[in-house]
Amino acid sequence: MRDTSIQSVLIIGSGPIIIGQACEFDYSGSQASRSLREEGIKVALINSNPATIMTDPVTADYVYLRPLTPESIEQILQEHQEDPNLPTIDAVLPTMGGQTALNLAIDCEKLGIWEKYRCRMIGVDTAAIETTENREAFKKLVSDLGLGVAPSFIANSYLEGKEAAQKIGFPLVIRPSYTLGGTGGGFVMVEEEFDEALKRGLNASPTHEVLVEKAVLGWKEYELELLRDALDNVVIICTVENLDPMGIHTGDSITVAPAMTLSDTAYQDMRNQAIRIMRALGNFAGGCNVQFAQNPENEELIAIEVNPRVSRSSALASKATGYPIAKIAAKLAIGYSLDELKNQITKTTSAYFEPTLDYVIVKMPRWNFEKFHGADHRLGLQMKSVGEVMAIGRTFNEALQKACQSQENNRTGLGADKKEWMRTEDILNRLEKVYDDRIYRVKDALRLGIPSKTVQKLTGIDPWFIGQIKNLVKLEDRLMRFNVAEDIPKDFFIDLKKNGYSDSQIAWLLRIHEREVTQRRKELGIRRVYKMVDTCAAEFESKTNYFYSTFDDLNESIVSDKKKIVVLGSGPNRIGQGIEFDYCCVHGVLAIREVGYEAIMVNCNPETVSTDFDMADKLYFEPVFWEHLEEILEHEKPDGVIVQLGGQTALKLAEDLDKKGWNIIGTSFNDMDIAEDRGRFSDLLKDLDIPYPKYGVANDVDAALNIARDIPYPLLVRPSYVLGGQRMKIVINDNELERQVLSIFKHLPDNRVLIDQFLERAKEAEIDAIFDGDDFHIMGLMEHIEPAGIHSGDSSAVLPHYSLGPIVVQTMAEYAERIARALNIKGLINIQFAIKDDQVYVIEANPRASRTTPFIAKAYNVPYLNIATKVMLGTHKLKDFKIEQKLDGYAIKIPVFSFEKFPNVDKRLGPEMKSTGEAIYFIKDLKNPYFRELDRNRSMYLYN
Amino acid sequence: MTKAILLLEDGTVFTGKAGGRVGTTTGEICFNTGMTGYQEIFTDPSYSGQVLVATNVHIGNYGIKDSEVESESIKIAGFVCRNFNIEYSRQMADRSIQDYFEKEGIVAIHDVDTRALVQHIRTRGAMNCIISSETDDLDELKKRLDATPPMAGLELSSHVTTGKPYTIGNEDARHRVAVMDFGVKKNILRCFDRRDCYLKVFPAKTDFSEVKAWDPDAYFLSNGPGDPAAMSYAVENIKKMLDDGKPLFGICLGQQLLALAAGLPTYKLHHGHRGINHPVKNLKSGKSEITSQNHGFGVHEEAVYDTPSLVEATHINLNDDTVEGIRLKNYPAFSVQYHPEASPGPHDARYLFDEFVAMM
Repeated sequence: MRDTSIQSVLIIGSGPIIIGQACEFDYSGSQASRSLREEGIKVALINSNPATIMTDPVTADYVYLRPLTPESIEQILQEHQEDPNLPTIDAVLPTMGGQTALNLAIDCEKLGIWEKYRCRMIGVDTAAIETTENREAFKKLVSDLGLGVAPSFIANSYLEGKEAAQKIGFPLVIRPSYTLGGTGGGFVMVEEEFDEALKRGLNASPTHEVLVEKAVLGWKEYELELLRDALDNVVIICTVENLDPMGIHTGDSITVAPAMTLSDTAYQDMRNQAIRIMRALGNFAGGCNVQFAQNPENEELIAIEVNPRVSRSSALASKATGYPIAKIAAKLAIGYSLDELKNQITKTTSAYFEPTLDYVIVKMPRWNFEKFHGADHRLGLQMKSVGEVMAIGRTFNEALQKACQSQENNRTGLGADKKEWMRTEDILNRLEKVYDDRIYRVKDALRLGIPSKTVQKLTGIDPWFIGQIKNLVKLEDRLMRFNVAEDIPKDFFIDLKKNGYSDSQIAWLLRIHEREVTQRRKELGIRRVYKMVDTCAAEFESKTNYFYSTFDDLNESIVSDKKKIVVLGSGPNRIGQGIEFDYCCVHGVLAIREVGYEAIMVNCNPETVSTDFDMADKLYFEPVFWEHLEEILEHEKPDGVIVQLGGQTALKLAEDLDKKGWNIIGTSFNDMDIAEDRGRFSDLLKDLDIPYPKYGVANDVDAALNIARDIPYPLLVRPSYVLGGQRMKIVINDNELERQVLSIFKHLPDNRVLIDQFLERAKEAEIDAIFDGDDFHIMGLMEHIEPAGIHSGDSSAVLPHYSLGPIVVQTMAEYAERIARALNIKGLINIQFAIKDDQVYVIEANPRASRTTPFIAKAYNVPYLNIATKVMLGTHKLKDFKIEQKLDGYAIKIPVFSFEKFPNVDKRLGPEMKSTGEAIYFIKDLKNPYFRELDRNRSMYLYN
Repeated sequence: MTKAILLLEDGTVFTGKAGGRVGTTTGEICFNTGMTGYQEIFTDPSYSGQVLVATNVHIGNYGIKDSEVESESIKIAGFVCRNFNIEYSRQMADRSIQDYFEKEGIVAIHDVDTRALVQHIRTRGAMNCIISSETDDLDELKKRLDATPPMAGLELSSHVTTGKPYTIGNEDARHRVAVMDFGVKKNILRCFDRRDCYLKVFPAKTDFSEVKAWDPDAYFLSNGPGDPAAMSYAVENIKKMLDDGKPLFGICLGQQLLALAAGLPTYKLHHGHRGINHPVKNLKSGKSEITSQNHGFGVHEEAVYDTPSLVEATHINLNDDTVEGIRLKNYPAFSVQYHPEASPGPHDARYLFDEFVAMM
């Protein structure tokens, strides 16, 4: 029964995005907030991350963009107690904001803050958190239940660590207590590596405590997502099988649902154990995740870890099953029991049930090692990926290949493209040592005829998965016997598509053009159908709007006769493109719905709010990949497609959209191309009489050296089309220039090289603006604390400017408007400037939502994305809105890095972006000590 | 790959690929939504006469383990799935699904849009069907399909019950339970055995006097296939068991037969409950359980609620409010429509065996 004494709840967010804690907590926090508000509860929300939907007025009643500290919490509770206009906060829900929120809640508990303000902690109990975070207590809990644990010893010193290792033997695992995403943990295969690993582990743990544990290498790994209510009812929402066996952090593992290789006896054993562990942990109502290792020989189980809160896995489980875990967990936290709630998808059946899947999902991590020069690419217990994709199909192979297509790493599926490896020796080496590309190497190995058994032995991957991939190789062998697309028999063509092959892969294998394959496929009528994710395998009728594509008979996605707009999402999180674009997409979707059109979302990132099926009128959980997109467009025939909100991922598809005659909402492709193409853009600036740094374009080293003769060093060197300043470098002599140019051509062979004059000791500033064809509105003008040369994403940006003179500011505004008009911008534009000796230069323009748009919207408390979307759609003009920028003092956007995950990587900042997230920090004036500290160190990390 | 065809009674045709034995088979089509436990389902005698559709898209992936069966042979009449995986990886498994089906002569069709098929059954209701991998002559298949009797009114228990009585467990166990085998699942027997019960399993049509002569402490009515209304022999026996005054427990078909003995009618469900995720609320404790279900017939709800002096509903289905458990007011007898022994499925409802044993 709903506890009616709870009238106002504080939700704690997870702060800036770091590796191991990403936008899944924006999703859970937003869901929880909406779920509580449905019950008439007033929700207060604290999070320092401005790029989140959870901190938006659309999500919560009271938003506090403050540092996640006990002081902030106390301040909020106090304000709510003293201000008669604010409701007193009765309860805090700390389970939606990851480990950050839990740790903060525990700190506040220890300080007596909750007690002082009579605020109850709901959804968790602190004893449970302590037990799961304290490795020793957890082991004891599990073994007291008579369940399996790996032999282990706790060590608080080098001596104890060494003693433990002696007792356990190698290989072993070091797991530091109280760390996030496995920080500081790892496998130790041989004694020689032990001292270094132990030191790292002890240092990483805030309590300088590690668990030295026997390594169960090669065991299979599973995760169960549980929900429990106050009556102690427990259900399992999802079981996820890790394709990568024990030894690789689950965040870095390819995972599959439902479990593919579990019999009912093995599964029920796991289910029973998970429930017993959750019940033994304490008496909280909410979500919980339990991880097991299973010995494939005898199916013996070992409990690895428990998280008594929603997690990255529960976000994935929600998207994988259609069961909104955070939404229901929030209801359970306020006293409801599961049997009182309805299934959110069918709306008629009970929330007390266990979802069943009639499809396969594959989650694949997205790494960004190219951003961390010197980082060890090998995978292990410490998570290194920065994002993930999920793909849905009706076969494992279809889901797996769709996951590859979702990655945006220039692959068109699992191999069958020009990036395949050919040398057996290299491949075998990569199978044994786990790198981020292992799944591709498994395919390469099988393709080259390396026996499945060998692949299995080297990787420890379950033979069933290897067998499925081997089937792909067999299909390819057969396909390569044909010469032209017309020769492929229809049934075989369908088989290929059912196994997830893109037209582009088929074309590559036949050495023909993709266009010919697509044309033939359409002639044969081989088209995708769309099926629902309905939680119940079609047992009950559902009215959900959540679809995925596959090749089957019946299509379930009925096209409405409403005016429709498609919003392209930004795909997996990566450095340079993260949650901020999801924020933009969600607002885009909401704005489209507000003006009465049907909003159709296309995205493949399971962590996000945009892929919450409550958001858009229709969600296609599909790769943001041309073939998939075109099929959706041909099915839906939308009135337009928005590419301005989904970062570079969406923008990149504009050319294809334009070529095929689809209506791009807002700024035209040609105008966007002018902004994106350095040559065309510089010509435009010249025509507009706007200064820009001297530059040249080179196709080889000689041309680059020639350019260096005309423009003095230092020079900024970069490939022409990249994201987040990838492979961008400042060089100071011919030698460095030559090396950098060669390196770009080696890694990005189809690129040209741009060489810009680098303005040393220049100030950097940027403007985000909206233009509707008549009026030009500057959303924000930000001045960077760090000098030009440090990527804007890694700079601390101050809103509004704090040291630039009025003439400079006016010049910037004028240039911005001139550019917007010349580019016929309809919607958003971001322009970056360098200011040297009071001369304003334009560095670049992005004809789309930028990383800073959410920050500005939050700082000024103006719904800018809503306004921009309506301007883009043409339903509104800027003059239709009353825009009032409310900001007392300054807001600083502070970049946050995940360097602790890469111990061998220096904190060097340069033109290539490295930060994973950001925080917002408000200051009253420039006397603020935090600001002064940033200002003092502004140049310190600049490196080339 | 040999092609196969699935023809439904209403004329709908699905095409796919052949699995198992090449041949033709008929039965009533039904679907199960479980994601694990195909082997237990294949061998569950309650599936006698049913062509089973699996909604889980990969079947066969963990192979077949000879000991994980609910009876000595496959009981389903035919099988339909999306992906039929001959390759398996489970180290403890003994053979592949293809070998198993060939050995047992089971005809299967795969590469079918099973989701579309399930939606069809959900809308149109259960009906007979025919699968063939030897002919695609629809007229011929239709003829054979027409000759298949409808499930309603069909008595099937006598085809799957034991030929002669047998005992299980230790003769010196604390309790003696007489099990009426209408198609009993092995795991029910294991559940009793583990609770210190000595069992004697009787053929479905054994006369009450013979059962009584064994001097049991309690009676158990098993699950099984077919229409309970066609089993008057069992109903007459059960009336006598009730009058004997000893504890009585029924599962699935056992519940339907108990209801008929108590004078409550049964009916054929539109398309049945089959899966391992069905929510049931225990009205006594207020707690709920996830249950394993497999039934195409049920006890008439209104009749239960209309005769409060005779019977009470103890469990309800949270999805559709149907009656999942009953207790007779004037006899120590109770039953559930679902499968507390699970196998496959969650073990949440095992406490019912404890409650039964406590009554002895």
